[in-house]
Amino acid sequence: MTNNVTPAESSDSRVVLDASDISRALTRLAHEIIERTQSASNLTLMGIPTRGAALAQRLAQKISEIQGSPVSVGALDVTMYRDDLRLRPARALLPTKIPVEGIEGRLVVLVDDVLFSGRTIRAALDALSEHGRPEAVQLAVLVDRGHRELPIRADYVGKNLPTSSKESVRLRLVENDGIDEVAIERAK
Amino acid sequence: MKHLLSAADLTREEAITVLDTAAQLAAAAEQGVGKLPPLRGRTVVNLFFEDSTRTRMSFEAAAKRLSADVINFSAKNSSVSKGESLKDTALTLEAMGADAVVIRHNSSGAPHRLANAGWISGGVINAGDGTHEHPTQALLDAYTLRRHLCADQADLAGVNVTIVGDILHSRVARSNVLLLHILGAKVKLVAPPTLLPIGVETWGCEISYDLDDSIAGSDAVMMLRVQKERMNQSYFPNAHEYSFRYGLTKARMNKMAQHAIVMHPGPMNRGMEISADVADSARSVVVEQVANGVSVRMAVLYLILGGAES
Repeated sequence: MTNNVTPAESSDSRVVLDASDISRALTRLAHEIIERTQSASNLTLMGIPTRGAALAQRLAQKISEIQGSPVSVGALDVTMYRDDLRLRPARALLPTKIPVEGIEGRLVVLVDDVLFSGRTIRAALDALSEHGRPEAVQLAVLVDRGHRELPIRADYVGKNLPTSSKESVRLRLVENDGIDEVAIERAK
Repeated sequence: MKHLLSAADLTREEAITVLDTAAQLAAAAEQGVGKLPPLRGRTVVNLFFEDSTRTRMSFEAAAKRLSADVINFSAKNSSVSKGESLKDTALTLEAMGADAVVIRHNSSGAPHRLANAGWISGGVINAGDGTHEHPTQALLDAYTLRRHLCADQADLAGVNVTIVGDILHSRVARSNVLLLHILGAKVKLVAPPTLLPIGVETWGCEISYDLDDSIAGSDAVMMLRVQKERMNQSYFPNAHEYSFRYGLTKARMNKMAQHAIVMHPGPMNRGMEISADVADSARSVVVEQVANGVSVRMAVLYLILGGAES
């Protein structure tokens, strides 16, 4: 997950990526995905709501502009597959949108905002398998902040952000929060 | 949410969360995900002291789709028929490790007693108690109304719902009135005076004895089942007269607004409160209500059992 909820006024906050940094990072990710997948015609981007889904849409937009053809894009809610469901009150479910092409036999790139423990991605792999058997699954994240608790690694990273485990990474996107920004916050 | 005993226990936000969760669960089913994992290892007991095949099946399907283990307990062929009390039944379920109990009972207030007497630690869901309440029916009706009438709206503000029939004995009507008001809808009750409860004027609903007057202004007409045993209790002269004055016929349905829908909690008495051609018409959402019932009950089970114990 992105972070622990820390109200801005009660913590030190340091902006590490602004809107233009995020845009550049996404452009680079788009080029890397095209390069590594060799403009695969069976590429599908699946974003993890809420911010991962918004990032997947932006990446799809950039990739389709570069290669001149539309890219299949969807959203995958992983809530039901989390291993920490019992640790918190029941969470609201978020929309899953499977593209009309489906994911069977596709090259699926999971897209998330911040890669932290890796538990969200493990849940995403389970959730994905309910919808079909992709040819391969890769992972793209905007920020990798370290502190993995599972053997999971991203194939495409927008920005490696070394953090202390006491810090939280807060990513805001225009689609959800009205501003593009990544900040490191120190919990008090 | 620890229990669901009355529709009135829900805040507007909680009710909307149930409906939104149900919508996501229905979408997952449409995408071909038949089974979801969140209640794996949890046990749901269906404790039915009154016969109800549909509600029990709906709860059973809902629990199983969330990977819960389901134990069905029906009073007919059980220790209850040998005289066991609700308390002893509850203590037995607790000893067996029930994480949630879905209870249907012919006594109003039995779910409340079960939840608050300290007999069991799990959640309690009221699946209909006496003439009191049936909150999951109200939630599935609200879900159906929202789907058909409020495409871009979280609640039911501005929707006019007319509930017709045996309001006096109907737990469906009581729960619906409470929940529809929580969600901002306006409710009109139509029934013969003998089938309206004492104090109904305090419910905050418009009341009418005339169905024909009430039909044109409704966005939804909800017909209640007339139970066969009532017909011999002089609430109305005979079945034919009831049907003539309070039955939804094709002629009456044609006076409804273009977008308006016909609802019924089932099982229907065709030819009594609803005519066969109305029940089978395109406006009737009766079959959809059954499907929505599974999604809504999944949402309730998930919200009560899916998270940390509160």
